[in-house]
Amino acid sequence: MDLSYSKQDKAFRKQVRAWMKKNVPKKDKSLSTLAPDDPRRIERAKAWQRSLHRTGYVARGWPKEYGGQGDSDVMRQTIVNEELILARAPGLIGASGLTMLGPTLLQCGTEQQKQRYLPTVLTAEEIWCQGYSEPGSGSDLASLRTRAELVGDEFIINGQKVWTSGAQFSDWMFCLVRTDPDAPKHRGISYVLIDMKTPGITVRPLVQMTGDAGFNEVFFEDVRVPRDNLVGDLHQGWMVANATLFHERNMLGSTTRTQMMMHNLLRLARSHRRYGKPAAEDPVIRQKLAELLGRVEAMKYHSLRQLTDVIKGRRAGLGAMVNKLVGTELNHDICALALEIMNSYAPLKRGADRVIDNGVWQYEFMFTLGLIIGGGTSQIQKNIISERGLGMPKSG
Amino acid sequence: MDFSLSAEQELLQNTAREFLSQECPPGLVRELYDDPKGFSPELHRKTAELGWTGLLIPEAHGGLGLGMLDMAVLLEEIGRAVVPGPFVFSSVLTTLGLVQAGSPAQRETWLPRLAAGQAIGTLAFLEADDRLDARGVRLKAKKTKHGYVLSGTKMFVPFAEVADVLLVVARTSGKAEQGVSLFLVERQAPGLSLTPLDIVDQTRRVYRAEFQQVAVPKTALVGKKDKGWKIVARLLDAACVALAADSLGGAQKALDLAVEYTKTRTQFNRPIASFQALKHMAAEMASDIEPARSLVWYAAYAFDALPAEASRAAALAKARLSDVYARTTNRAVQMHGGIGFTWEHDMHFWFKRAKWNEFAFGDATYHRERLAQLEGF
Ligand SMILES: Cc1cc2nc3c(=O)[nH]c(=O)nc-3n(C[C@H](O)[C@H](O)[C@H](O)COP(=O)(O)OP(=O)(O)OC[C@H]3O[C@@H](n4cnc5c(N)ncnc54)[C@H](O)[C@@H]3O)c2cc1C
Ligand SMILES: Cc1cc2nc3c(=O)[nH]c(=O)nc-3n(C[C@H](O)[C@H](O)[C@H](O)COP(=O)(O)OP(=O)(O)OC[C@H]3O[C@@H](n4cnc5c(N)ncnc54)[C@H](O)[C@@H]3O)c2cc1C
Repeated sequence: MDLSYSKQDKAFRKQVRAWMKKNVPKKDKSLSTLAPDDPRRIERAKAWQRSLHRTGYVARGWPKEYGGQGDSDVMRQTIVNEELILARAPGLIGASGLTMLGPTLLQCGTEQQKQRYLPTVLTAEEIWCQGYSEPGSGSDLASLRTRAELVGDEFIINGQKVWTSGAQFSDWMFCLVRTDPDAPKHRGISYVLIDMKTPGITVRPLVQMTGDAGFNEVFFEDVRVPRDNLVGDLHQGWMVANATLFHERNMLGSTTRTQMMMHNLLRLARSHRRYGKPAAEDPVIRQKLAELLGRVEAMKYHSLRQLTDVIKGRRAGLGAMVNKLVGTELNHDICALALEIMNSYAPLKRGADRVIDNGVWQYEFMFTLGLIIGGGTSQIQKNIISERGLGMPKSG
Repeated sequence: MDFSLSAEQELLQNTAREFLSQECPPGLVRELYDDPKGFSPELHRKTAELGWTGLLIPEAHGGLGLGMLDMAVLLEEIGRAVVPGPFVFSSVLTTLGLVQAGSPAQRETWLPRLAAGQAIGTLAFLEADDRLDARGVRLKAKKTKHGYVLSGTKMFVPFAEVADVLLVVARTSGKAEQGVSLFLVERQAPGLSLTPLDIVDQTRRVYRAEFQQVAVPKTALVGKKDKGWKIVARLLDAACVALAADSLGGAQKALDLAVEYTKTRTQFNRPIASFQALKHMAAEMASDIEPARSLVWYAAYAFDALPAEASRAAALAKARLSDVYARTTNRAVQMHGGIGFTWEHDMHFWFKRAKWNEFAFGDATYHRERLAQLEGF
């Protein structure tokens, strides 16, 4: 155990921090009234990822031939990710391509696919969305029914996806489709890449409880997709998808964002007066703050432990399986306490007169609940932990 | 940056787990529940042979010269096996008191004996009003020509009856932190009488210690007169880390036992482990325990390596593990159904130890408030 950083890592962090200070885009007031999917916002977000990538701060681990840095030093990417959050930099618009499609292609894609798709994921020239969930298939993803028939060199796709985040501005979708309706449900699925401009695709935005159009319905009517866009073997899409799901869920639970939220919560508790005195002086609120701080710190050190495991090439076990459940519930609980502290001010919306912290807590309180559901609900996480982690049998 | 156990620490962990499953099975815990002193001299001797009693003692005094993280790794295994006895109070608290503040003569007299398992120590700190701050220290030590005379009452002194020596926190002057002094008092000292306090968790025996004009020589003073609180504060942090580690191991064991049991118990024609109500309970327990392990390691590491953060880390760990151990054992009993509520079944050992650990050296509420103060909320 040694929690100090090496000289090189410290120097690298210094360099990254200096760069962020100069380059993280300032908040643009004229943009803040625009919808999150307004083209002007999208363009700005792409420009931000482009500039990060030019500097070599995006997906450093990807091989050079696909536009990456070929840097196997996990620590450096972690430092970049931490500094991004500390600098309050905007999130990466190409995140699903970077964290889900990319690792999948690196693992299961053909050489051609890697060359064609990976470089534009890095530069955000092409944005990807995830087409998994359907109206009849959420937690029970493998029951999906969107049909893809192989006719000659093409798949002909019919069906519907739902809750597809960012589909309204995405260029491509990585999608699970049923290619063999007669096989057992896990064995008739394929993983295909679909150009969102293909005729027959209709995207209909759905407004989330936050008031923003964050996800969509996507309809397919005789959509023709070249067979070359199949990732992995025909009918083996479940295995391909699981390789990615594994990445998605066990992704280093970097807890920097949670720590930032906790930091902001403490600031709020000190500054906001509740029933005549700073909230942080209320003994009950103090207890709740300290309880959350204990959980946040536990996750901080838990992620350092997992980072060490990755660096040393050790298998992620039960420790990593709990990340999604614990992390998302914790973020939501932090926001809930913020609302409790704000009391009568809690129901005010973004933009309201006298709203505190610009309404970010109210927004995040809702947004973080969505994350408890998306990517596998808390209940599904508990099934996974108990079955795969603790070896308890499937429910009959 | 390396947040992991060393190869030596992993070896210690494995050796300890194996040794304790052989030498301290639940059968022995049960036997010691009925023992008047709750202590096995034989087990104590064997742990000394392994070097555990001298783990924190410098090699020059016959110990292994290791640190708190090594000790936490060991204590996790001790908690897993709910080992009864004075180990924490002797080999962590009394030992650290002497290592950090003992005079050369005190160290030479006691450390080799503590390391070899020939002597046992304990900490006499709390008094009747059960305060953890310096104002709770009222047992009087009056200076005389030859030394000091101690008068007053200590409460909840762990394993006083098997201890050879008590590290006594006393008042030499004042009312608060200034004026607290520590003394080594031999259990046989005239005027010291012990009364056992019947206790629910019989792996953790405690006593009332009455000091009636107990005379000790000048050389019994540990550290400087009136300046003992700093040492006490350090020992309280050590106690928090130690109990957090013990709790971590106990919580893990309770979860393991519960999961194992539900796989074998059949109701409604299926193993009850297949009922989602129990699976989700188990998943929640695991989700509490996994990050808690990282927190305990951190607190133990910080105790030696990051002095500025040590108190904060100890408070975090003690608060969190108090909650986690209590909740985990509650659930583990429930997952066993009626059998978990019996004396015959072992589950109650961990359930009771969780409650002892929770309240000893400050409960979760106490440490959360302490954290709030340290963080300047
Ligand atoms: C903000 C957000 C963004 C999303 N983005 C995307 C995206 O980009 N692409 C995409 O494909 N999907 C996306 N999703 C969809 C998400 O993956 C699903 O919502 C999620 O998997 C749950 O499926 P469902 O909504 O059909 O709920 P259901 O599966 O119908 O679940 C309803 C309730 O039943 C519980 N439940 C279901 N099965 C079980 C079980 N076996 N045991 C115990 N409880 C069970 C669930 O936990 C939940 O509480 C997003 C969702 C949200 C909220
Ligand atoms: C203090 C005490 C006094 C008692 N007194 C009496 C008495 O006077 N007379 C008498 O006849 N009995 C008595 N009992 C027995 C009591 O009714 C049973 O212990 C209880 O019904 C549970 O059964 P079990 O112990 O076999 O546990 P199990 O049924 O084996 O249950 C073990 C665990 O599995 C869970 N579980 C079982 N089935 C399901 C399911 N379908 N879904 C989800 N979870 C499930 C349980 O909730 C429990 O957590 C007493 C028990 C106690 C503790």
